[in-house]
Amino acid sequence: MNLVAAFFYLFAGLTVASAFMVISTRNPVHAVLFLILAFFNSAGLFLLLGAEFIAMVLVIVYVGAVAVLFLFVVMMLDVDFAELKGGFAQYLPLGALIGIILLVELILVLGAWVGGGVKVASIPSAPGPAPGSTLTNTESIGNILYTDYIFYFEMAGLILLIAMVGAIVLTLHQKAGVKRQDVARQVARTRDGSIEVIEVESGKAVFPQSAKEPGP
Amino acid sequence: MAELWTNYGWPGTVILAQSLAVLLPLLIIVAYIIYLDRKIWAAVQMRRGPNAVGAFGLLQSFADMLKFLFKEVVIPSGSDRSVYLLAPLVSTVLALSAWAVIPVNAGWVVADINVGILYILAISSLEVYGIIMGGWASNSKYAFLGALRSAAQMVSYEVSIGFVIVSVLLCVGSLNLTDIVNAQSGPYGFLNWYWLPLFPVFVIFFISALAETNRPPFDLPEAESELVAGFMVEYGSSPYMLFMLGEYVAICLMCALTTILFLGGWLPPWDIAPLNWVPGIVWFALKFIFVFFAFSMVKAIVPRYRYDQLMRLGWKVFLPISLFMVVAVASVLHFGNLAP
Repeated sequence: MNLVAAFFYLFAGLTVASAFMVISTRNPVHAVLFLILAFFNSAGLFLLLGAEFIAMVLVIVYVGAVAVLFLFVVMMLDVDFAELKGGFAQYLPLGALIGIILLVELILVLGAWVGGGVKVASIPSAPGPAPGSTLTNTESIGNILYTDYIFYFEMAGLILLIAMVGAIVLTLHQKAGVKRQDVARQVARTRDGSIEVIEVESGKAVFPQSAKEPGP
Repeated sequence: MAELWTNYGWPGTVILAQSLAVLLPLLIIVAYIIYLDRKIWAAVQMRRGPNAVGAFGLLQSFADMLKFLFKEVVIPSGSDRSVYLLAPLVSTVLALSAWAVIPVNAGWVVADINVGILYILAISSLEVYGIIMGGWASNSKYAFLGALRSAAQMVSYEVSIGFVIVSVLLCVGSLNLTDIVNAQSGPYGFLNWYWLPLFPVFVIFFISALAETNRPPFDLPEAESELVAGFMVEYGSSPYMLFMLGEYVAICLMCALTTILFLGGWLPPWDIAPLNWVPGIVWFALKFIFVFFAFSMVKAIVPRYRYDQLMRLGWKVFLPISLFMVVAVASVLHFGNLAP
């Protein structure tokens, strides 16, 4: 038992506790905040494993980007929880079924592992750096990701790109008659097109050429 | 009992001492950075600035702090109490914790971790939570709108900051901040620092840093003269002070980061006799103050942006340019056989 173990129990305990609070708290915004706490603590667990790159990316991507969007949506939608609770009994059988299936699967996997049905060594492991090498784990991830797994990496990127294009297409409406700032037009404007020098006769008024003669 | 001390007591004491050694000077520096900011701003506008408390007003920030601390904490009745009080703490603690990886001299760093720059990116992407939580928990539509604007702004400019950092990292080949500084030493002295070879990226980083820290001319979330501090509108007393403290610590962090990424950290301008006798921390401090002076001058002389202009600058100008620069830097390094 040392400092690392103490931190493991701290992070693991907080992860489980905040994950429980996500599903048990009544306020949706609090639920998202607890979800963020859970993400953050699992990043701590990754750090203890020595996977610092994954830990930081988890914080940047999940906490810094995905959860911010969650929080925006939950805050803006103003979800009425009393109404949602009303439908609880209606969906209970379906939810319970899914829960039971997941539980059975977990038990099967865990049983096979503990019972010795699956040897950890028999699972093919990803090619990693040779033991004792001085590569940092950012470098070793890069070495694998951009060589052996480049196809999957690019494909994941393309899928995200398509999702992004889809979201933009769905929300982009060009309304007619809305005043917009067109920087190119502003910059392209010259003195000749905008200013007119007029000789003003004493005692006479000057009007734009489109204006009519003034009234009395 | 002795084992308990060697396992927990001693490492804990060391961590505590190191943290204090960073935090105390940092907080004092922040107090004088605020003073400097106000003095520079006043000088540009031909005013005197703070000059009443202490000699030349040097104790003004401490007087302000005491005043904030002794005010009553007013919590709006419709607010979400716990989140309302948590928000300023989150923003201050996150801003302070990023300083754990900042090296101010060779070896002078609390945590010399491999992924230092990613850690800073992660922490600064979390800072938006202080703002959203504060704006939402106040239960006021003005605070909420301010929070939304502020969050959108911070998220937008983080993207281009990320790409700028990527192009610096390509030149260094390491995520460690000490390595980044060391990679900038070379035969040409200060011409070797990344501000010159990566000049477009340096400009983008500086402007994005202003936007990321909600400094003028991008301070529309809080626009003191028109919106009364945006998301902080319901805050007063110590929580308000914590928000302001978090903001200024984040500004200091951005100045330090500019120094490390582009101005060669603690390296002397030329590696020759009288200049390299000066301790590295002095060079770091000088560069840090220079960058902060630039921040202050921008605040004093540039008028505020409009919100749509701000978003256009972030997404339609900086993002494409920084993305292109990543490709350009990578190509030059690869085809010029310069990659580290």
